[in-house]
Amino acid sequence: MKNLLKAQDLRAYYRLVDGTEIKAVDGVTLELRPNEVLGIAGESGCGKSTLAAVMSLTHNPPLRVVDGHVAANGSNLLTMPPEQVRREIKGRHISVVPQGAMNALNPTQRVRNFAIDMLQEHFPEMTKAQAIDLARARIEELSLPVRVLDSYPHELSGGMKQRTIIVLSTLLDPKVLIADEPTSALDVTSQKIVIKLLLALLGEGIITSIAFITHELPLLRQVADRIAIMYAGKLVEVGSMDEIIFSPEHPYTRALMGSMLVPEKHIREQRIEAIPGVPPDLKDLPIGCRFHPRCQKRLPVCSQEEPPAKIVGDRTTWCWLMQ
Amino acid sequence: MVLANAVKRDEKVRPLLQVENLTKVFGGGRNEVVAVDDISFAIAPGEIVSLLGESGSGKTTTARMILRLSRPTKGRILYEGKDINEMKGIDYWRRAQTIFQDPFSSFNSFYSVHSFLGKAFRLADNDFSEDERRALMEKAMEDVGLNASELLFKRPHELSGGQRQRLMIARALLIGPELLVADEPTSMIDASSRVGILNMLMDLSRKHGMTIMFITHDIGLAYYTSDRLLIMNEGRIVEEGSAEEVVERPTNAYTKRLLADIPTLRRKWDT
Repeated sequence: MKNLLKAQDLRAYYRLVDGTEIKAVDGVTLELRPNEVLGIAGESGCGKSTLAAVMSLTHNPPLRVVDGHVAANGSNLLTMPPEQVRREIKGRHISVVPQGAMNALNPTQRVRNFAIDMLQEHFPEMTKAQAIDLARARIEELSLPVRVLDSYPHELSGGMKQRTIIVLSTLLDPKVLIADEPTSALDVTSQKIVIKLLLALLGEGIITSIAFITHELPLLRQVADRIAIMYAGKLVEVGSMDEIIFSPEHPYTRALMGSMLVPEKHIREQRIEAIPGVPPDLKDLPIGCRFHPRCQKRLPVCSQEEPPAKIVGDRTTWCWLMQ
Repeated sequence: MVLANAVKRDEKVRPLLQVENLTKVFGGGRNEVVAVDDISFAIAPGEIVSLLGESGSGKTTTARMILRLSRPTKGRILYEGKDINEMKGIDYWRRAQTIFQDPFSSFNSFYSVHSFLGKAFRLADNDFSEDERRALMEKAMEDVGLNASELLFKRPHELSGGQRQRLMIARALLIGPELLVADEPTSMIDASSRVGILNMLMDLSRKHGMTIMFITHDIGLAYYTSDRLLIMNEGRIVEEGSAEEVVERPTNAYTKRLLADIPTLRRKWDT
């Protein structure tokens, strides 16, 4: 089957020196469809960045994939020879903007050298002038100031650095862009500008789909077509943006939505309640549903067996209450 | 909130904190940066106020001056009518305390929770016995939702960001300040528990009449917790008013833009 990008029963654990395993991604099946922004949301430590690392094939030990596969165009990328992944997949089919990527620009180099390095890596016969022209054309197409190419990273604002990184990482027209918290270090005005750039990349047809990883649900309400909610290494609910934001079904999604502080009237009219307790330790997960110790609606079965997937329309929920 | 609003409306109440023409300049000559530019405001006892601004707006510099950690270049800060820079440090810090922004750099990694909290007693009036101290520490930790028996002898590296931030709050509570300056108090706490910490601070304010000044970039937090908002941009306060007024009917151009750029749930951006 042709997929753009799909994680199938993926399990990726961090294996520590003493042999303990941190089950950061523990049985996740998630497909990125063409022409969509898929939001992947959850609190810190839920495994969303680990999932992004594995799906973008940028995972390194101690993180290991112990089971499952990541498929694109019908082949399993995890068993593909690393050299082939580097040449054919990275940057061309999948590009990733990891968390804090804007701080990864070399402070001693002008931005254009970064573009040259990357393009020559993929097209060794390309000259520096050709590489710069290509980068300049793309920057103009996306209406960013061309001066960024001749700037050093410290001469650019945070928002501009992040936009530069996004433009450079999509120079090879990858199908998929995986963006891990691309706006979390930016103030709201720059955040909006970066989001507009991501949407422009989709609009111009430069990329086909975006996986947008964030802990901020109000942001996903603005950009996502579908949203996947993760908790303690597993998906708890996947559905359209409207379903997840406006009619969440899983108790965790509901509680998370209920604890969002946004400057809208309803939050001053009542007391907002936090979810009691803290997320579980990924080294020592509860038996059954991972959310059951904090769940207000738990049933006896919740602490005994993991809930199976319940699919209704485009929404999948992993909760015993839905069975 | 209702109570604090009542206090505010009573014009005769003397402000707890009064900031007059406060200015802070860093550097000089070509490198001069006016971080805080001639700001004035007052906070009534029991009020919850948020000083809201984006990074670089001067909000943390203002907080540092209010905490007497940095001297104003110009202007005065009056606490109950007295200039804080003319008071004795210990007298002021007994009454005004803080929760710092970064819970990772606020702890000495060699001290256990017990000795960290123990240091707070240097600011205490009374001589407490060791048992009394221990009991007070445990009470303060339970108040912020930390398990004292489990954590009292842990060191900072054994605590999560959220636990450290709660511990900062426990330390402030132990001193029992009249004014709490909370600089991004929930930056390290997850969405699901963040509201819990804020509710706790709001309850403390209501129960003990503690005045709170939040320093934050988070409009949602400010709107939920505060009676009044002060919007800061480029060193100046550009708008001031009740939380409802500022969020629902902003008048300043900067505030309007800021509010338009915040992702909310009901309204979708016009992209």
